[in-house]
Amino acid sequence: MTQQRLAVSIAVVVAMAMACGGGRGHTNGGSAGPAPATSATVSGAPAGMHLIADLPGAEWRMPTGDYGGLRYSPLNAITTQNVQNLHVSTTLATGIARGHEGQPLVVDNTMYVVTPFPNNLIAVDLTKTGGAIKWIFEPHPDRRAMGIACCDVVNRGAAYANGKIIYSLLDAHVVAVDAATGKEAWRTRVGDINVGETFTGAPLVVKNKVIVGNSGGELGVRGYVAALDVDSGKELWRAYNTGPDADVKIGASFHPRYAKDQGKDLGVSTWGADQWKIGGATVWGWLTYDPETNLFFYGTGNPGPWNPDMRPGANKWSCAIIARDADSGEARWAFQTSEHDAWDYDEIMENILVDMNWAGQPRKLLIHPGRTGFVYVFDRNTGELLSAEKYEPSTNWASGYDMKTGKANEDPSKRTHYGSVTSDICPSSTGAKDVIPSAFSPRTGLLYIPAHNTCMNYEGVEANYIAGTPYLGADVKMYPGPGGYQGELVAWDVANAKRVWSVKDAVLPIYSGVLVTGGDVVFYGTMEGWFKAVDARTGTELWQFHTASGIIANPITFLGPDGKQYVAVYSGIGGWMGAVAFPNISADDPYAALGVVGAMKDIKKYTAPGDTVYVFGL
Amino acid sequence: MSSGSSRSTRALAIGGGALIVAAAVAGIGLHHRSMAAAGPPVHLEAPRVVETPPPPDPGVLRVCADPNNLPFTNQRGEGFENAIAEIVARDLGRRLEYYWAPQRRGFIRTTLKAGYCDVVLGVPARFEMARPTQPYYRSTYVFVSRRGYGPRLSSLDDPRLKQLRIGVEMTGEDYDNPPAVQALAVRHIVDNVRGYLVYGDYSTPNPPRRVIDAVSSGQVDTAIVWGPLAGYFAKQSPVPLELAPVTPHRDGPALPFEFDIAMGVRRGDDALRDALDRVLARRALEIRQILERFGVPLVSRSEE
Repeated sequence: MTQQRLAVSIAVVVAMAMACGGGRGHTNGGSAGPAPATSATVSGAPAGMHLIADLPGAEWRMPTGDYGGLRYSPLNAITTQNVQNLHVSTTLATGIARGHEGQPLVVDNTMYVVTPFPNNLIAVDLTKTGGAIKWIFEPHPDRRAMGIACCDVVNRGAAYANGKIIYSLLDAHVVAVDAATGKEAWRTRVGDINVGETFTGAPLVVKNKVIVGNSGGELGVRGYVAALDVDSGKELWRAYNTGPDADVKIGASFHPRYAKDQGKDLGVSTWGADQWKIGGATVWGWLTYDPETNLFFYGTGNPGPWNPDMRPGANKWSCAIIARDADSGEARWAFQTSEHDAWDYDEIMENILVDMNWAGQPRKLLIHPGRTGFVYVFDRNTGELLSAEKYEPSTNWASGYDMKTGKANEDPSKRTHYGSVTSDICPSSTGAKDVIPSAFSPRTGLLYIPAHNTCMNYEGVEANYIAGTPYLGADVKMYPGPGGYQGELVAWDVANAKRVWSVKDAVLPIYSGVLVTGGDVVFYGTMEGWFKAVDARTGTELWQFHTASGIIANPITFLGPDGKQYVAVYSGIGGWMGAVAFPNISADDPYAALGVVGAMKDIKKYTAPGDTVYVFGL
Repeated sequence: MSSGSSRSTRALAIGGGALIVAAAVAGIGLHHRSMAAAGPPVHLEAPRVVETPPPPDPGVLRVCADPNNLPFTNQRGEGFENAIAEIVARDLGRRLEYYWAPQRRGFIRTTLKAGYCDVVLGVPARFEMARPTQPYYRSTYVFVSRRGYGPRLSSLDDPRLKQLRIGVEMTGEDYDNPPAVQALAVRHIVDNVRGYLVYGDYSTPNPPRRVIDAVSSGQVDTAIVWGPLAGYFAKQSPVPLELAPVTPHRDGPALPFEFDIAMGVRRGDDALRDALDRVLARRALEIRQILERFGVPLVSRSEE
């Protein structure tokens, strides 16, 4: 512990020197070198604020930036004072005009871009002018996967480890590519597209393990996380999110905090017979990791595929936050944010890890801005819920949480029932935010949440048909929530559990991730295609640039070979909400794209499909 | 893996971007291929990445259909909807072509609406996503049970349903389920119900048949299954199965068990819709013979 802290402190000095002196910050030049910057404390941060892992410095080596998922970079050459001089440095077309979620990596003066299906990996030499392509790796995943993915054929990015770029393919494989040569190192089939599994999430690499999860909850897929060996791709363990304790890797070390989450084989007993076998609870969001406890954290998706009336019970472990040991996969704790989901509130959202003062005491926090409209704060070692407060004021499915039981105080009139009408449920099924990740600045103590303000009516049933069975589908109509805006960047004071400021977007929800920097600049994009910089302390809009397409990706920052700070983001509309921008989805049909068209009908006025990587510099 | 240059990548983006969009959402499928004769087992092919819908051709009737879904359609043309499509195309004097794609969420959007075909066979007569023709048959959900299992099951209110293991079809969207699922839930019959996804394991032939296999094998005691599927696969069962229409045929105001089935064209394509209506009327007898040959339980319109 002491040694670890010492090492961290030394690295802080290095990091600060790099950031302030504008040096490259990464001197070994080797692609397998240590992560470049570390910081236990951050200059200008509130007392008691500690980081749990290395921060990204000159490079951006993992999807979330650092293990804590902060999406905070200490780089501070771009400031609130000079950001208005930011301009396009390089652009690159990926050639695939589909939804570009995720973010590039920057390792050893090379930028790595994973495209939407067919999941090409493009290596860009940053030392050459104009973003010269070193190589393109084309994995040719099984094209049948395209017809299975529910919500556009997105990919949320790669991770770097041991000289390899590792990422998921839509056809439920994971592939590792030599970062220098672009040659495939290994490829492992983890899931099966024939039963509806696809992979869209970004991997987490911990020591010698690549941890991935599956997508496809609507198709009767059973959710899991699996660990693969970094060097061989061999599967080392798999932990399901439904079913018997043995399958869920619930054993002697599992200590859920609340009675609601305690008991034997809850992954079976909280479902109708055998329903857990097809119960969803997939894992397609972001994973974070605490090196001190060796725990990793993730959220699970909605229960499926039965309608809520048919699956009485809490349906564990859907809509839950789960902590597991990274070596064994054994569960440590779990917490369901909503039991017996009736709204499609997947809780696959990011779990941001930071040590800071909470109610006057130093605590080890997990901060989870939920699809449900609440920001949850936990003690990440114990799973104790410290706070659950609404960040999107229109949220009405629950008034709050009972801090003794950990249960939501639900409004029963907002529960959906098949065949009956439920009106004005907020947030809608897309949540008060979706998988797009927030950022947390240790300097400001603020969480920057890319939020939606949409509500929905759940109305009766309509006849539908798949050759094989006519069925009855609920009419889920989404529409903009109260207040005259659809999107909002919310700055949330974690310590005081309250909104500080917000930047509203009248037209469309915000579906881009957020980046915050040591220069106190927050970067994010809009579905109309604006890439924006705002002041991290005040929300004052400082700069914006209109990109070629809507932004649903996550900005990153890094130091170029010239030692200067750059910011990169993808521009390419798509995803669940943004897919409405595609030419063949009718904006006249309020039920198309799972009901989101009702909230998104104007999108074609503002944007069209795109495929561009933008790099900005001063 | 391959090498590339920024120039070629950009050229692809500009020249092919829109094309890629169209193809990528087309999902699994084959291309515009004329009626295939009986051939080797179905192996699903995938669409090319760059593909656009074909230009309109008045000499061709393009049908979007599932290549692996008997008794409705398959790629070898063995389904009853294949047979009906042939009759319709012949009557219209057009050549029949298929665009194959599995029926998954987004099927109508990514096939018919995206312009890959003119018509989809088998849509509910009050379907909102397409312009339906007049219905060409009406069928019902049925109880499928092993013969001799006991007194015939037909009523949703049969007290035995509380104890029996009941198979149902599932569609794979958590808000949506076939009517049997909801009718049983309302009666608090949950724990003894087993769901079989109509999508099933697509690497096997005709994945929706698994619910019938489950009755044959004794995995469940009975199943509530859409009539055309039940009628066809019950005939192939190694043990005798019996079918009985579900009663009541409408369970409360919102839960029908009988459905009129029509063809669907793109909204606005009234000329084709009208032409199809005329063909369906002219060929009603032949169509009925095909349906009977495939064991489709046909019902006349109930008083509603």
